Formats: sequence, structure tokens, C-alpha cells
Amino acid sequence: MAKIRGAIVVDIEKCKGCGVCIGACPQEVIALADNVNGKGYHYSYMKNPEACIGCSNCAIVCPDGVITVYRKKMDV
Amino acid sequence: MSEDILKEIIQPENIVYQKTKMMTDKVLSYCPGCGHGTAHRIIMEVVDEMGIGEDTIGIAPVGCSVLAYEFMNIDMQQAAHGRAPALATGIKRLWPDKFVFTYQGDGDLAAIGTAETIHACNRGENICIFFINNGIYGMTGGQMAPTTLPNMKSSTSPYGRDVKTMGNPLKMTDIVAQLPGTYFVSRHSVHTPRNVRKTKKAVRKAFENQRDNKGGVSFVEIVSNCNSGWKMTPVKSNEWMVENMFPFYPLGDMKIDGELVK
Amino acid sequence: MGELKLMKGNEAVAEAAIRAGADGYFGYPITPQSEVIEYLMVEKPYERTGMVVLQAESEIAAINMVYGAAGTGKKAMTSSSSPGISLKMEGISYLAGTELPCVILNVVRGGPGLGTIQPSQADYFQATKGGGHGDYRMIVLAPASVQEMSDFVKLGFELAFKYRNPLMILSDGVIGQMMEKVELFDPIPRWTDEEIIEMSPWATTGRTMNRERNILTSLDLDPSRQEKHNEKLVAKYKKISENEIRFEKINCEDIDYLFVAYGSSSRICQKSIQLAKEKGIKVGLLRPITLYPYPTKAIQDMLGDIKGILCVEMSAGQMVEDVRLAVEGKVPVEHYGRMGGIVHSPQEVVEALEQKIIGG
Repeated sequence: MAKIRGAIVVDIEKCKGCGVCIGACPQEVIALADNVNGKGYHYSYMKNPEACIGCSNCAIVCPDGVITVYRKKMDV
Repeated sequence: MSEDILKEIIQPENIVYQKTKMMTDKVLSYCPGCGHGTAHRIIMEVVDEMGIGEDTIGIAPVGCSVLAYEFMNIDMQQAAHGRAPALATGIKRLWPDKFVFTYQGDGDLAAIGTAETIHACNRGENICIFFINNGIYGMTGGQMAPTTLPNMKSSTSPYGRDVKTMGNPLKMTDIVAQLPGTYFVSRHSVHTPRNVRKTKKAVRKAFENQRDNKGGVSFVEIVSNCNSGWKMTPVKSNEWMVENMFPFYPLGDMKIDGELVK
Repeated sequence: MGELKLMKGNEAVAEAAIRAGADGYFGYPITPQSEVIEYLMVEKPYERTGMVVLQAESEIAAINMVYGAAGTGKKAMTSSSSPGISLKMEGISYLAGTELPCVILNVVRGGPGLGTIQPSQADYFQATKGGGHGDYRMIVLAPASVQEMSDFVKLGFELAFKYRNPLMILSDGVIGQMMEKVELFDPIPRWTDEEIIEMSPWATTGRTMNRERNILTSLDLDPSRQEKHNEKLVAKYKKISENEIRFEKINCEDIDYLFVAYGSSSRICQKSIQLAKEKGIKVGLLRPITLYPYPTKAIQDMLGDIKGILCVEMSAGQMVEDVRLAVEGKVPVEHYGRMGGIVHSPQEVVEALEQKIIGG
């Protein structure tokens, strides 16, 4: 059975850890990492990657435009 | 989720969204969570999608977004505080086939630039004015703006805005909507995906009006947060904005195709 | 011979703007220069050459419209009189800092403050020493006739674009309002958009794929870069000083005394020279045409032959400071000039020469 699977790639060094993407995600995919980037921000990452459907809500609301969204129909 | 599946998904042919090339690669100088970044990107996406990047001239204000020209990958001029609509008039009158827009904050547009804003709208210049209203002067350290709400604290209204001595907040968008020279007047926000999509539609409409020379200013206000000036976290500032700014500055179209929306 | 016409100074400026191929004039009414925009509105230059004329809501808006237009490489112009020029000072500083070419006419009236509508020459400091904030200079041309009001618009645009700098034509209420014969120069066609893009690759005309975006700003928060930028401006002004000084010497053969005067005062001094001759006084006139750059050396070159200088200007004494700088104490330098909108008579000037320089 085919399923839409998504994934996001965050530009970690440019992410400022504002957290707006987290609330925008309908699937509760995103969380702020425990680690920090070079500027000391806790960057966003996919905590629940299986749930991502590639809807792009996170990316379009990101003030810094650090999220690239991928989507593929897969047999899984 | 297995690494292989992730690898399969994350391939260039599967990209459904990435930041437009009309934004430069510079790290934005704005605070984490600030609506400016989103607003910049929406405008540049529309310019990209309409294919007008080679014919667009933007005018940056004085304020936090004084450095907008570092991030928007188009020809830009930096205006003195409040004067952007005058620059836009000079440019558009002499290059009528170019797309000209101003990008201004609340101090720029509604304090020092009040005359330039009203008169460019009154003359019905065929330009777009993008007004980012966060009810505070961010760049200079959080002072009161003409759009600061009653009782709202700022560094120059530390006990809250007292309307008796400091006046009421100025609803510039409502004022310009009354002028015959504005063609499209609309107020939006960029704090949720749904609102980002609506804002983008409004920005697109604004540029299309200019393309089709509809004979008036397209004026889009974006109510935004200022978590630094308001002294909150980004997410909390968006919540505060919804609870406090939106009742005073309600979202929606005020004027479409030259007619006030009833 | 070009077309001859009897015109008011202000009207000659307006006609010259159209003929010089100006793309836009943005102005605001103020006495004694409103005829500039009134003439332009009547002439409908949009139909003649495509030139845009717009009455702005204020002098501030007008200078900023000029700024926007100048940033796109177009020939833009504005005019005003003293109080309105004060309003433009922010815009002028921005134009100079961003290195944009444009022409600004000041038809000077009495001040300070709202002052009077009659003539004055008390904006010399404002034009040549600043007015706006920061280290910048405008090239300043001082017409003394309606003919020069016309010619200096053409010259003004040439110099402004040669150096990418704002330029001021510093006139006064006498010259703006008086009527004289003018030989109008042949019209120069307005530049096409393609010519502009080629001539001014720095202009914001829309970023095409073959170049980086053009950003026109005077802001740079990095102090070392900002210093370099200021050094670049200083070097430019030095080049202007070396190449663009203009002045006129009248009756300067075998003289004992010298008038230094510009604009209407120079016209009056020419009569004073005649009156002085009748009294046996041998006096000549050095008329600066560029007030910046100032003809310092031209004055210095004359010092060996004269016994004193009277600087005549309708003010409390502004240009006299530049004369004293040039003279370095070698001969006496005094100032004479009426204020408040009063124009000194040629007799008064001769009496001042007798009392302050010859007698003293």
C-alpha cells in the first residue's frame, strides 16, 4: 500500500530555536534538540520522523526559512 | 525510522518546499521568531513566482528591517525614516513598468512617515505598501509606537500607554482605506501556516494590481510579533498577539478592487 | 544664436530643466520660487519630452522623491527657498552619503525662521558648510543673471552626474524674480532607459541576471568600512576642488581694492565699481561662480596688488569667512551687507568701501 512519507531537513546553523514550527506541525513531528548549534540555539529536528507527511506547514511559517521539505509516495 | 527510508525521501527530486532563491543566503539579523523574516520570504516568493525579480525595486525603511536589502535578492534603496512612499513615488513615476514596493514598520509608516503614507495613498500611486505592525519600536530598544495598544508597556510607556496623555493607537490601515487612491487594503498575519498562505495571496494580489495598473495603492498590513520588545518567548508572543493585537487590529480585507468591504 | 526670450529667472530655470533632458521635477510652492513649478505645470513637459512634474505634499517629500528617482539613474530636480531647503537637509545628506546625482535650486529669502519673502544671501553656510549632517559637500553654483539661471541647470546636471553628487544652484530672490534676456540652449534629449542602465550600472533599475543586486544605502554599521566610505567621499571632493572651480574677474587691471561678491551682490558691485571710479577709487570685482569649491587661489593670486578687500553679501557675513581664510591676514578684509530682505544700493557699497577699507 502506498503512503505519503515526508521529511524535513533543517539548516541547523541558521535555526534560531524559536519554536514556531513546532506548533505549526499537525503531526507533532518536530521538537527542539537538547544540543545547540554554533550560536547556542537549540535547533529544531524531527523527533517523530515517521509521522511526517511533508505538508510544509513548518517551513512556510519559519521566520528564517531554514527548513527544506521532502515528500515521496512510498510502498511502506 | 530507518536511515534508508529517510535517505530515499530526502532526494532533490522530492523537494516540495525550499526557501526561494529571491532571498539571499545571509542569516537574518532579526530576533528568533520575528515575523519580519516570514514577511520578507513571502514577498520574495511572490516576486519569484511571478517572474518579476528583474523588474522589481524595493525600498527598505528605518527600523529593524533597515537591513532588508541584505536579505532580499533584488535592487533596493534605503530610505530615510518614513520617506519610503516618497522614494517609491519618484521611482514609479519615472519607471512606470517596474514593480515598486515599500516595506515599512509602524514607526516608519505611522509616525514620522504619516504624511508620506497618506499622500502617496491619496495620489493613488501604482505601488505596493507592505506595513509590518508590531506595536513597538524594536530596533531602538522597545519604545512606544503609534500603534502600541492602550495600557501596553514599553520603554517610553513603562506604566502602560495612557491614552489621555499619549493618544490612542493609530489605525493607519483603516485611515488609508477611506482614501479613493487606495485600491486594495488588507490586514493579515504570518504566525500560523494558514495565515501565511492568506498573506501570500494578499501579497500576490497586491503585485497583480500593480501589474494591471489598477490605479491605486495596494496596502497590505501584517500584524506581527516582537518578542524582544514585548519581552516574551516567540511562541508566547504569538499567543499574546492573537489575544491582544487581533481584537484591535482585526484581520481581513478592508477594500477590494477599489470598494470598501461591507 | 539660440532662441532668445525675455524671462523671469525662475521661469528660465524651469525651461532649462525641460531642455536639459530632466526626467522629473518634484517641488512644493514657496515664495519667491513658486514660478518654477507653475511654469512647468503650464508647459506640460510630459507632452514635450516625457518629463514628469509632480507637486509633492512637502519639501521633505519632494527631496525624497528626487532621492528615489536619482537612485535609478534619472535626472531629477527640485527647488525651494530657504525654510524649505532646511527641510530638505536630511534628504541632501542622504543623497550625498549614497552618492546620487541631482540638482537642487535654492532661491534664497530672508531668514532665519520664516523670515521674509524678500531676497537674501544668508544661506551660504547652509549650502557650502553643511546644513545636513555628516562630512559631505554639495557642488554649489551661484548664478548672477537669468542667463546663468538657465545655463547652470544644464551644467548642474553634467557636474552632478560626472561626480555622482548632489549639486545646488544657490540663487536669490532678486535673480529668481527679475526679467532679463536669455539665450536658451538647444534641447538635449532625455536619456533612454537603456542609456541609463549602461551609463549608471550602480542604479536600481531592476536586477538582471547578469549582475549582482544594486543596493543604494548610506548605512554601514562597520566603522572601518564607514571610514573608508568617508575617505572615498573626501577624495572625490578633493578632485572636484582641483577641477571645477569657476569664477569671473571684472575690472581687475590696475586696482587698489577688491570686491568679492556673488549673485545679485556681484551685479550691484559692478555699478559700485563705476561710482567708485568717479571718485577716483580703483576697485575691481572677483565673482565666485562656484561657492564650493571656492576660488581660494584666485583670491590669493591677487593679494600682491591690492590693499584691502570688501566682501559684499546680503547677510551678517558668511562668505567673508572664506575670504579671510584665503587671505590669511595679508590684507584687511571687511564685510558689508544688508539683511532682512533689504538689498544694498551701489552707493552704500561704495560708502562701506570708503569707511571700512580705505578709511580704516
